[in-house]
Amino acid sequence: MASATAAPHVHAPTDSPGNYLTDKRGIASWLFTLDHKRLGVMYLIVGMLAFFVGGMLAEVIRTQLLVPQGLIFNGQTPQAAYAAYKHYNQVFTLHGIIMVFMVLIPVIPGALGNFTVPLLLGAKDVAFPRLNLLSFWLYVFGTVLAIISTLLGAVDTGWTFYTPFSIQTETYVVVMVLGLFLIGFSSILTGLNFIVSIHKLRRPGMSWFRLPLFLWATYATSIIQVAATPVIGVTLVLLALERIMHIGIFNPALGGNPLLFQDFFWFYSHPAVYIMILPAMGIISEIVPVFSRKHIFGYEAIALSSLAIALIGFLVWGHHMYVNGQSAELDAIFSFLTFLVAVPSAIKVFNWLGTMYKGAIVLHTPMLYAISFLILFTIGGLTGVILGALATNVVLHDTYFVVGHFHYVMFGGTIIAFLGGLHYWWPKMFGRMYNETLARIACILLFIGVNVTFFPQLIVGAEGMPRRYAHYLPVYQPYMVASSIGAYIQLAAFLLMAGYLIHSLARGKKAPVNPWGGGSLEWTTSSPPPEDNFQVAPEIGDHYDPYDYHHLVYDANVGGYVHVDSPGHDAPVYVVGSIPRPVAG
Amino acid sequence: MSEAASVGERQNQGCEHLAHHFDTPQQQFDAGKLGMWLFLTTELLLFSGLFCAYAVYRALHPEVFRYASQYLDMPSGLANTLILLTSGLTMALAVRFAQTGKKIGLAICLFLTICGGLGFLGLHGYEYFTNYRQKLLWGLDYNPTRGPHGKPLTPILSMMPPKVRAKPAESPGWTRLDQLGKVGFIVSHSDIAPASPGPSGAAPQEKIVAIASPYGQPANVQLFFSIYYLMTGLHSLHVLVGVILITWLLIRAIRGDFGPGYYTPVDLIGMYWGLVDMIWMFLFPLLYLIH
Repeated sequence: MASATAAPHVHAPTDSPGNYLTDKRGIASWLFTLDHKRLGVMYLIVGMLAFFVGGMLAEVIRTQLLVPQGLIFNGQTPQAAYAAYKHYNQVFTLHGIIMVFMVLIPVIPGALGNFTVPLLLGAKDVAFPRLNLLSFWLYVFGTVLAIISTLLGAVDTGWTFYTPFSIQTETYVVVMVLGLFLIGFSSILTGLNFIVSIHKLRRPGMSWFRLPLFLWATYATSIIQVAATPVIGVTLVLLALERIMHIGIFNPALGGNPLLFQDFFWFYSHPAVYIMILPAMGIISEIVPVFSRKHIFGYEAIALSSLAIALIGFLVWGHHMYVNGQSAELDAIFSFLTFLVAVPSAIKVFNWLGTMYKGAIVLHTPMLYAISFLILFTIGGLTGVILGALATNVVLHDTYFVVGHFHYVMFGGTIIAFLGGLHYWWPKMFGRMYNETLARIACILLFIGVNVTFFPQLIVGAEGMPRRYAHYLPVYQPYMVASSIGAYIQLAAFLLMAGYLIHSLARGKKAPVNPWGGGSLEWTTSSPPPEDNFQVAPEIGDHYDPYDYHHLVYDANVGGYVHVDSPGHDAPVYVVGSIPRPVAG
Repeated sequence: MSEAASVGERQNQGCEHLAHHFDTPQQQFDAGKLGMWLFLTTELLLFSGLFCAYAVYRALHPEVFRYASQYLDMPSGLANTLILLTSGLTMALAVRFAQTGKKIGLAICLFLTICGGLGFLGLHGYEYFTNYRQKLLWGLDYNPTRGPHGKPLTPILSMMPPKVRAKPAESPGWTRLDQLGKVGFIVSHSDIAPASPGPSGAAPQEKIVAIASPYGQPANVQLFFSIYYLMTGLHSLHVLVGVILITWLLIRAIRGDFGPGYYTPVDLIGMYWGLVDMIWMFLFPLLYLIH
């Protein structure tokens, strides 16, 4: 977004704009950096390593389930099979813990959030850069503790750590939960940092309803991170003390109540689902209008529905416990609230569709991911409503239907949106373009893979197959094989993606300032941005609107969008929002 | 609050502490303050899990809480309450002295606050030590030799008929002691009560909850002590952290770092100390003043 009149004479700094990636050198300049962009890149690296490990564990699970008696973990005698199936429990537990606590929760706020939040605000950094560094290292140390626990004796409780089994199992639960405690603390500090940044570091003129919607989503996410994570922290500490000191809070043999653990656990872990999905929705809200070349439809509705999801999301945790001994009255209340929380999510989906309606849709890779998200998230959300209904839940509880549902939301929602955001901001992060054709192929391949993997799980779950089983009845085999084939398709898509992204880092075409024609502030600074984000602090004009694209035109010489009045001029812009938006005809 | 804000505006004069990404010292001060409020929210929520557990178990076992609370040393708890309240006052005065630039007053008040914190920890440590000697511990380690107020405990096991006494080895379940008349059911093999009734419908036939265990006290007293140690332990940890932070403030205050232009750390740690005070104001009546 540029300013017609001001542009020519505001380009004061003519020397090289600077590059946060290369301006400082040496390993220490990365490990102890206070720059939010470098921290974002480091989160991305650690998160992607964790995603690789978690993904490989998923492939192990799917390979095991190719045949009814289990392909990897099995045995001739019942005793041998039992011993082998225990390892399967460890594999799916680690898959769940890694994906939830080390990938889904930290990766969007940590990698994309850290990189973009100050840029979108027009600030030089987050409010507390040192806290941000601490947050990253807590994440790394927590992950290291989790690895140590896995090497000592991998946890086999499932990612939910339900008592009393988590008190009795001989695996290293204490080390694992202390690792997760550190990761939780990291999550709290990240959320705290973003809330303060959004409150206090907005450029003058950047009022609340001029914030890009990704910031609203991040703000809502941060509220959940700050308000829910301490509860899982104290719960995990209690679980550790239960194992070390036998305090008895969750141990029925000592007068404690294991249901209390489930209440505490889901009081965090259900809102945690919104920690994962809200920033994903924020990314979609950025991508859809840019690639529809049309103003976002229902800005206020999308912004406020994020807050509504955050608030109602705190009140639905009991829907994980319908069949666990909760009273029927509570079941009914939680079921009602679960239906209620679907409303703001639906509002968002309709507004994204409204944005695309009659837009000039450009099917670049980020937009392909956004459309994939719309389809997959809708399937995930609607199956969630089925599970939220009391009668159907009793039948479907702990079946593969649940597995299919949350993988549609978590993978089809969060990961797909994350990949969309990664492709959207990739040129800004690394200053390089990627191979568009390969990226589109990978996206379509992934979309097919996700559906082939998870749709059969919905069917087989409805037919009665329980989750977490290492072996199954032969009647379910066709569905399980289909699901495994889908997992291999996904693997192929990810390998392709890793290939062209690494190639882009090394040989990619240099990215212009504004490759997609975005209107928010990150597209006004150079790609990649200088260490302080903007050479000159951006000035917000009276007509600033991050979703107004009227004064941006594509320039083939530049390879990106430029201001309508300065053709062929691919340079940072320091004044935005000086031209009013034309009245819609 | 508004006064603090107006004093904060004066900080615009002192710029040597301004970080590069803030435009004005006022903006930096406000950001720090908001960050601290949010941090205190998370602290409150950390404790809220324990408060919630307290509420659940007190509702389920009111007799346990009434009985076990008598073990606690109320006068020492009251003394600790007064100590913490006074240290809260000295901390608030320290913030004020920092704002007005009275360096000697600031150092004295910080010193007094540290003394209060250490006094609290000492007294509470002594309480822990006394409890430890009486084996008033958590969970499985709860094994007191005496009842509240030094009264002797009667080992009811010796009063049992031989048949019942022999039973524990073969069946670890409930044993009915009609001989005692008023008693419902007790655990026969140890003084630890069996599982609490499971989900409705799954509970065993003998659902009547034990109102007496072999030593003539309610069942599940160990639960109270688990919660007592968790809540006061977490709180004492916070007092300890506070004392360390205030010592750091004192060193900086003596060095002369703080004045009307820059007192953010004193202000923020003062807020933290206020929270530590406030949590104790809830813990004291909830744990010590039950009957």
